[in-house]
Amino acid sequence: MAAPTVPESKQLQYISQQAADSRVNVEFETEDGMTLNIGPQHPATHGTLRIITRLDGEQVISCEPVPGYMHRGYEKLTEVRTYPQVTTLINRIDWLGSFANEVPFILAAEKLMEIEAPPRARYIRTILFELSRMANIVLFLGDLGAQLGGVTAVFYAFRDREFVLNQIEAVTGGRFHPNFDRIGGLKDDLPKGWIAETKKCMTRVHDFCDELEDLLIGNEIFQARTRGIGVIPANVGLSYGLSGANIRGSGVDWDIRRDHCPPGLVYDKADWKVCTHPDGDSFSRSWVRLQEVRESAKIVDQLLDSVPSGPVMAKVPRIIKVPEGEAYVATENPLGQMGYYVISKGDLVPFRVKIRSASFNNVSIVPWVTRGVFVPDVITILASLYFILGDIDR
Amino acid sequence: MNQLSSADTEAPPADQQAEAPRDERREALISLFSAEIGDAVVGTHIRAGDDLWIRITREAWLETARFAQQRLRMDFFDFLSGIDWRPSPYGRDMDSQEDIVVHGTEPKEPPAMATGYAGGDTRFQVFARVFSTASHEGVTLKADLPDDDLSIDSWVPVYAGANWHERECHEMYGFTFNGHPYPVNLYLPGDFEGFPLRKDFPLLARRVKPWPGIVDVEPMPGSDDDEGAEGGDS
Amino acid sequence: MMLGDTIFDVYWFQTVIKVLVVALLIPTTALILGIVFLFKVMSWMQSRLGPQEAGPKGLLQLLADGAKFLQKEDLTPMSADVRVFRMAPIVVLMSTFLLFVIIPASPNLVVENLPNGVFFAFAVSSLSVIGVLMAGWASANKYALLGGIRAAGQLIAYELPMVLAVVGVVIQAGTLSMNGIVVAQAGFHIGPIPVPYIVTQFPMFLVFLAATQAELTQAPFDMPVAESELVAGYQVEYSGFRFLFFFMAEFATAFAFAAIAATLFLGGYYVPGLDINSGIYWVLGPIVLFTKIMLVSFLIFWFRFTYPRFREDQLQRFAWKWLIPISLVWISVTALFKVWVA
Repeated sequence: MAAPTVPESKQLQYISQQAADSRVNVEFETEDGMTLNIGPQHPATHGTLRIITRLDGEQVISCEPVPGYMHRGYEKLTEVRTYPQVTTLINRIDWLGSFANEVPFILAAEKLMEIEAPPRARYIRTILFELSRMANIVLFLGDLGAQLGGVTAVFYAFRDREFVLNQIEAVTGGRFHPNFDRIGGLKDDLPKGWIAETKKCMTRVHDFCDELEDLLIGNEIFQARTRGIGVIPANVGLSYGLSGANIRGSGVDWDIRRDHCPPGLVYDKADWKVCTHPDGDSFSRSWVRLQEVRESAKIVDQLLDSVPSGPVMAKVPRIIKVPEGEAYVATENPLGQMGYYVISKGDLVPFRVKIRSASFNNVSIVPWVTRGVFVPDVITILASLYFILGDIDR
Repeated sequence: MNQLSSADTEAPPADQQAEAPRDERREALISLFSAEIGDAVVGTHIRAGDDLWIRITREAWLETARFAQQRLRMDFFDFLSGIDWRPSPYGRDMDSQEDIVVHGTEPKEPPAMATGYAGGDTRFQVFARVFSTASHEGVTLKADLPDDDLSIDSWVPVYAGANWHERECHEMYGFTFNGHPYPVNLYLPGDFEGFPLRKDFPLLARRVKPWPGIVDVEPMPGSDDDEGAEGGDS
Repeated sequence: MMLGDTIFDVYWFQTVIKVLVVALLIPTTALILGIVFLFKVMSWMQSRLGPQEAGPKGLLQLLADGAKFLQKEDLTPMSADVRVFRMAPIVVLMSTFLLFVIIPASPNLVVENLPNGVFFAFAVSSLSVIGVLMAGWASANKYALLGGIRAAGQLIAYELPMVLAVVGVVIQAGTLSMNGIVVAQAGFHIGPIPVPYIVTQFPMFLVFLAATQAELTQAPFDMPVAESELVAGYQVEYSGFRFLFFFMAEFATAFAFAAIAATLFLGGYYVPGLDINSGIYWVLGPIVLFTKIMLVSFLIFWFRFTYPRFREDQLQRFAWKWLIPISLVWISVTALFKVWVA
């Protein structure tokens, strides 16, 4: 005997009824609060980070980030690529400041090979490093506005970042993924007239900072939204491995560029200062980043005046075999400390590369810092901690 | 107090020792570690003026972290991860020419296992780096894990940031961190099988498609550089 | 002749004309002009390219946006409460269009000159809360629910300062009729200079603008739709022309409130120096009113593009600690002056 047939419309109705019941009645009214999935598709997550929050009303009871939607397995992939090929991959880690990703890896390889880039290459490397920092943090400042509801800032940021990207593109040929740094130097020299253009660009960056300070950082509502929100004490931040502006926003006066800059970058040739802020809240982190862009523009401005002449590439063998050894090189990247722990067995390819990316540590503090805040503050905290998803997931 | 030399099980290579000047600051750090945890320090390595490696027993792992953070003011937690020292069974560079699956060649004898700085006795090591933001000195700590018991104490009680690093290490290498508050996968799906960063975990993309990179070393057309010629045959 | 007189006097015919005016004329003319103007303002303020580049002088951006919405599929979430979900945008839009009923564009060019027009305006504007709540609940989405509840809390909280802000004008004019208020303003002088009520009621004008901003759920009070937090709040599940309804309602309500502000504080269609009973207001009135509306909505959009977003508790604090005390003080001042002058 045939089973009684149920029309499809009935089935759909039943399913939708079940779904509605389970979602509206059960999850909204569980005893330990409502579960709200922020992400993986959400404007505040800069990609595909998922944050599971348990809410009581709008107050956060607990909050657990779930990364991994973009995990590309770079640590495994680097084991099957020659050293020059690795830079192509690691460009994609923090995609807003790509050139800065290449530098620490190249420096680690140079350290193992015991070669040094010529002075001109070191200067240009530092300049490009700072340009990518500007391109990155300018967008952060705009995005911070967008996360807090002031959409205007993001348009200004995209407009003015383009000037910086143009300069990077003029040298490297790539706006986002330059793949320009080489073991022993750089791929090419600067194009003609670039230094003067970049100097003009730096005044635009200064103008942007002033504009944004008026529009956003100095705004009363912005300050009301960020001051005292997401306070991270220095010792907690350090034990979570927070770095860069996040930890300087907590009053720790530590900058790799100034304190123990790896050879191969020439930050000691410029006169600049490290900005810190004692409060440790979202405002101080944002403020420190804004000052960093200014300092960064100052560094570039000074280095442009004193770029030495000479070759941009040291004498390196055509086939790069890195001698046996281990090296860890970290630099002060736009998002914080980024380091590569390279283990070589004397082969064409690295034996093991541990990528220490800044956002991974920066975001791991989110469960600690979001306890008891409101949903809008979660967004503020995420925006002010500033992560790039590629930098978490690698 | 132990002598410095007694803690040094693996002397640095002779040529390095000859040219490298002594690094008093890092030697003093090693003696501090030795004074605190004694025989648990089983190997050290110094790159003068730059970096320091200390290998400790896994029983002293948590104690050392506590000592480093609270006594040596190494407050900044940098990273924690694992190393699989076994050479890859899929050919030296995983290149397609030596691919045992696609080309059906016999699996070759893997080269002998060699460990890195500060030595090592086992296939797996946990290594972590902590750093002092005051004195700007860092130390890379390593600990051997025996093959039959891949477990070690969790650092979360000392360095809260070790949480995610240990979760990643757990899923990528299969290590167990005793006392970890939330030992679930961080990146991989919960039912993922295998440990991707172990050397015997095949990278399937390389199994089905030859590695294009290996032929990339031919001299560029018009290149005046002959240095690449000797390696351009592969 | 008899026929003509009759048909223009018949009640249903007048009703049809009025419905056409409310439902077609206002959206097509005022909205399009206004949105184009505001798009231009927006694009210059935010350096957006669309309204500067699309079509001749960027005038076709609105068309492109409208066509985009109409092309999209009308989606209804599987677990939504379908009827309520579909009804919600219409309720919101209806509340908006009812606001246009009482706005006089000249002494006689008004859909319905209600004697208690101000009262009516606030009554119908609160209807949109119901639409928003319906949308928030019926979407069966947590973001929508949070947005809907935020909106309800916010709209109800800001009714009060808004009503209080108008009380000053009503006391000064001595009438609740919109047209009556315009006429009263036409006769208002400080010394020999005829001035609109904004001069005497300036704090109230600011309170009204702030409350309007909150009623419109626009930045800095856009928590109910906050893109970066709640994605789009109660609108999150809407697509196609139903989303367009919300979009239109947003602009149209901005218009309606700008019109009310223009009428109450800026003298509506009246131009100082021209006799209020002059026939020229049949033509001049709508133009003058439209200009004043644009002026006020320019202010509204200027705030919108400048300020970041408040948090929900900060919003309530702002209403209760600043807007309501200010308006209460100014009501007392106005009442004292009224009694003293009388």
